[in-house]
Amino acid sequence: MNLFFAARSFLLVEILKGMWLTLKYFFFVPRVTINYPHEKGPLSPRFRGEHALRRYANGEERCIACKLCEAVCPAQAITIEAEPREDGSRRTTRYDIDMTKCIYCGLCQEACPVDAIVEGPNFEYATETREELYYDKAKLLENGDKWEAQIAANLVKEAPYR
Amino acid sequence: MTPDFWNDYGMPFLFMVLQIVITIGAVIFSVAYLTYAERKVQGAMQRRQGPTTVGPFGLLQPIADGIKLLSKETIIPSQANKPVFFLAPMLLFSLALVAWAVIPVSAKIVIADINVGVLYLFAISSMGVYGVIMAGWASNSRYAFLGGMRSASQMVSYEVSMGLVIVCVILATGTMNLSEIVTAERPVWLQILLLPMLVVFLVSILAETNRAPFDLPEGESELSGGFMVEYSAFAYAMFFLGEYANMILMSAMATILFLGGWLPPFEIQALAFVPGIIWFVLKVCAVLFFFLWTRATFPRYRYDQLMRLGWKIFLPLSLIWVVVIAGTLLYMGRI
Repeated sequence: MNLFFAARSFLLVEILKGMWLTLKYFFFVPRVTINYPHEKGPLSPRFRGEHALRRYANGEERCIACKLCEAVCPAQAITIEAEPREDGSRRTTRYDIDMTKCIYCGLCQEACPVDAIVEGPNFEYATETREELYYDKAKLLENGDKWEAQIAANLVKEAPYR
Repeated sequence: MTPDFWNDYGMPFLFMVLQIVITIGAVIFSVAYLTYAERKVQGAMQRRQGPTTVGPFGLLQPIADGIKLLSKETIIPSQANKPVFFLAPMLLFSLALVAWAVIPVSAKIVIADINVGVLYLFAISSMGVYGVIMAGWASNSRYAFLGGMRSASQMVSYEVSMGLVIVCVILATGTMNLSEIVTAERPVWLQILLLPMLVVFLVSILAETNRAPFDLPEGESELSGGFMVEYSAFAYAMFFLGEYANMILMSAMATILFLGGWLPPFEIQALAFVPGIIWFVLKVCAVLFFFLWTRATFPRYRYDQLMRLGWKIFLPLSLIWVVVIAGTLLYMGRI
């Protein structure tokens, strides 16, 4: 038995097996790389990316300043100030998300009773300065307008499970 | 006197300069594309693509990398021994170039066809350890020092068995001239006898050039770059060039000693119409592929395993084999 093992190690059986494996990979196994900026991988409809504040179809903001998201946010990234508008409805005057604090847990969109704050499918919003990541209400509403089609479609897809 | 001056000194000098420029150019070009090949081969073996973006198929990637390296700032550790710190990479790189003087790339093309080519090559390749240990010591950093020490002991250990392997080849061919080693007659039984030594030699040159799976002196995970850790910019580029030039040199050495240099493979006369230099380059490429292949295949050895392999397996094995080959040669009446 010892002779057998000695022969095995002197004839480099294991090593040749390993090298054969990598050679097979070299010639026959296809690449799995996605050429990222040109090709993109699939995204789940549950993907939690960049935040957006949505509007109703008539252009009215959905957010009613209930501050549930602010309360639930574990990173305390959300700051909301609110007062009644001229028509008497309760709206935010300030809705800031510090994207550098946000941990993308999705609790804000879970908490929102009117589906106003959502995390959209966008994840390509790297900036050159930190300040650009302090999102204010205007920026969030703009995101909402920009991604509304996809966000709405994703919400419909997820509706049966919520 | 004056008319002769040009013919006696000018022309030979220009010729020498031309040889040097061609050699350096060829080596640096090969090094650049060896790094490219390494990334492509490793990528393919790990189901990745390697560089694809810079130029067609990423072919300009090495040039972009080179420019990036050269345009960086050279950082000198304040506690470093400056002359030695800069001498080390120069030494390593120039040694890898100097050795090319004796390599016969084809039957006619060799810069210095000296009688003790093997010894010269062996001596030059052993000098590389000075560059490494100087770098490790002059950096005045613990990681670099440990890397340098490891490298020194590793290179010394594997040179012993490498020397014995070379002794086998010298015994078999009866000459130390590299061109004659290539052309020396090798019957099939002799080639079979030399085959285990080829394996020992290939593994030893992996250790000698600090390549995976014996890249302990660099050991990214535990020494964070080993003896190169304090180097940046041009000095680092020199180390890099030196390491890869050494790989090519060792591949050339393996080609000459074992794979028949510029002769067509398996001495098939029908293939003799292809110029010798092309066979030489192809064979060197095959050995280099082996380098990259092992790097993509094997994990790094532990240090004691490395030493055990060198001293307890390769050394006795090659010693015994010197005796076996010498005995067989004596029996067959060749020496």
